[in-house]
Amino acid sequence: MFTRALRSGRALPLRRNAFVPLAKRTVTTDAASSHAEKEHVPEKDDKPFEVRLSDESFETYELDPPPYTLDTTKKELKQMYYDMVSIRRMEMAADRLYKEKKIRGFCHLSTGQEAVAAGIEHAITKEDHVITAYRCHGFALMRGGTVKSIIGELLGRREGIAYGKGGSMHMFAKGFYGGNGIVGAQVPVGAGIAFANQYNDKDNTTICLYGDGASNQGQVFEAFNMAKLWNLPILFGCENNKYGMGTAANRAAAMTEYYKRGQYIPGLKVNGMDILAVKAAVQYGKQYTVAGHGPLVLEYVTYRYGGHSMSDPGTTYRTREEIQRMRSTNDPIAGLKQKLLDWEVTSEDELKAIDKEARSYVDKEVEEAEKMPVPEATPKILYEDIYVRGSEPPFMRGRTPDENYYY
Amino acid sequence: MVASRLLRPASRLLSTHRPFISPSKSALQPAASLPTLVNARRYATPSGVKEVAVRDALNEALAEELEANDKVFVLGEEVAQYNGAYKVTKGLLDRFGDKRVIDSPITESGFCGLTVGAALAGLHPVCEFMTFNFAMQAIDQIINSAAKTHYMSGGIQPCNITFRGPNGFAAGVAAQHSQDYSSWYGSIPGLKVVAPYSSEDAKGLLKAAIRDPNPVVVLENELMYGTHFPMSEAAQRDDFVLPFGKAKIERPGKDLTIVTLSRCVGQALTAAEQMKKDYGVEAEVINLRSVKPLDVEAIVKSVKKTGHLMAVESGFPSFGVGAEILALTMEYAFDYLDAPAVRITGAEVPTPYAQGLENMSFPSEDLIAKYGAKLLRV
Repeated sequence: MFTRALRSGRALPLRRNAFVPLAKRTVTTDAASSHAEKEHVPEKDDKPFEVRLSDESFETYELDPPPYTLDTTKKELKQMYYDMVSIRRMEMAADRLYKEKKIRGFCHLSTGQEAVAAGIEHAITKEDHVITAYRCHGFALMRGGTVKSIIGELLGRREGIAYGKGGSMHMFAKGFYGGNGIVGAQVPVGAGIAFANQYNDKDNTTICLYGDGASNQGQVFEAFNMAKLWNLPILFGCENNKYGMGTAANRAAAMTEYYKRGQYIPGLKVNGMDILAVKAAVQYGKQYTVAGHGPLVLEYVTYRYGGHSMSDPGTTYRTREEIQRMRSTNDPIAGLKQKLLDWEVTSEDELKAIDKEARSYVDKEVEEAEKMPVPEATPKILYEDIYVRGSEPPFMRGRTPDENYYY
Repeated sequence: MVASRLLRPASRLLSTHRPFISPSKSALQPAASLPTLVNARRYATPSGVKEVAVRDALNEALAEELEANDKVFVLGEEVAQYNGAYKVTKGLLDRFGDKRVIDSPITESGFCGLTVGAALAGLHPVCEFMTFNFAMQAIDQIINSAAKTHYMSGGIQPCNITFRGPNGFAAGVAAQHSQDYSSWYGSIPGLKVVAPYSSEDAKGLLKAAIRDPNPVVVLENELMYGTHFPMSEAAQRDDFVLPFGKAKIERPGKDLTIVTLSRCVGQALTAAEQMKKDYGVEAEVINLRSVKPLDVEAIVKSVKKTGHLMAVESGFPSFGVGAEILALTMEYAFDYLDAPAVRITGAEVPTPYAQGLENMSFPSEDLIAKYGAKLLRV
């Protein structure tokens, strides 16, 4: 069996099996590959029961695979479904608002990748830390941002999550360090967050995400080196959506097994379309770092339905068929939905109600966001928060000396 | 590489006394750049003033801040076991342990990003670059991750971090190791940038930098590390800090305002004495101390008095600190000028290795005095 092959492989010295393909099979991207016996699903919403994950949920590198079972509750499964539907609905709203020319600049949507953001959140606590790149709306929502504040930010409103100063790529919340616009730069910064945790003797973990494109940046490897050297409690995570902008992974990376690219850091490749597999992997990774074993390199195999950003139709470097196939057969939301029905966790009616609730919540928040005022175009607002309040220089220069702003 | 540099430069040159004016004057003869008073004192006086090297003042600042706040830690290449490439962090490992004083791999972009992350998570890192030349590998983290995050987050994510290390040209290390980054960092909103000259500057500004809740770049000067300066009793105390954005009038004068920073302050002071001797003019020397924010008020006030301005710095001329000072003088003090303001800068050339050529690339005391005289038409 696949997992056994991996276990026996693990005993070999690192150098010998580092680049030997362990198995021909790769991680599945089937979003509905988990299994539970519906007889075992309890009546009560918050009573735990066991779900068995597919054998093809993980691949490991120098690491024991996580348990292929996951304890969950009906309540949690429904929440997961609600979360993913909310993210998608919010991203679709952003798509519409962008096309209506109400959102400016860059806008990167995560449609198709919802299981990663939502799955991670279900495996960690608010005391843990998350940092990611510019495709950050879903993470911002999961970390506690409201739809209103996120969409408000995209619309450049005063009550946006970054008060209209950050826009699409720069969103922050407690335990969420952005939203970073420079590809790969967030990876050493994430290592620093983990460093601070270790420095303060806290047993939290830091989830540090980057894309398959960013994984070729030099500073990613610099961060790997320091994290392993200093045994930092961090889960590096490559969200492999197969394309860095329009460049397919294999056209950019000499070795596309991103979970092995930590070389001396154990790795774990995860079915990033199955929220249950994501949760199981991150939960396991968190335990691993908290136990003092140091960093892991995760690879979430996922897929983005849309283009790289709103200006990219996303069809010049991949076929429409490929997109269509992923949407129709591997969709994370449809996959979980099917499981919830198969396992009789919920009825079709209840699921529809959850759907409706999520959608109406998002729609209402979007509507309110659109009504929020933009920041007044005043020097006071323009120049606030360049420095921590109370520590500003006497003044900042405007376009002309007449426009200088005095604090 | 570093060891050989340590044996050679500033400290040894400084202890050699050289005649004040010589036609072949080297830009690298810092002995001449100090007022004689400074070299004369090497012991504690009854008033409590003590002679302290810039290096030791920086070391004291770091030790005091490490002592005062557990959140402060020092991370950089060779800061711990090696005792610092320039010995600025000497003894800190022994005193504070390897949790607080951390040797980094040679990985500027990585360790700079890591310290920025630690700052975002609430610590107060002191990120040492062996020299600021190497910080170019990490400048994205300084600017995009450190300086801009507070604003981009709408004020919810501060970044209390200090970047420090030697900046500017050193002796005989050629182009890649001889660059002044004052104008690079000085142009970025969200950063504060200071450039100490004396030991008091070094201690007071570094301590203020570590305490400031914003990212601060402390541009030290390798050629000054071994120079001794008198340090007042107040400056020896552990609560001594200098405010940012306040220049110091190092030498009052009525005829010419020389605005300068870092090592050039010493050169300007020597030049001022020379001008007094040769031409009977009194130059006022303003030590900027802080590049960002920059003390425009002090400049304007001085120009009102003297009617003449000369900026002296060792960076490249184009778009530099001197250029900024001249522009500000135009904007704020044009009416008080009796002649166009001028600047002395480094030459527009990648720094050459050969000494005679290197000397031609940077301001010298002689040049400052002569150009000042030319400006005053004396």
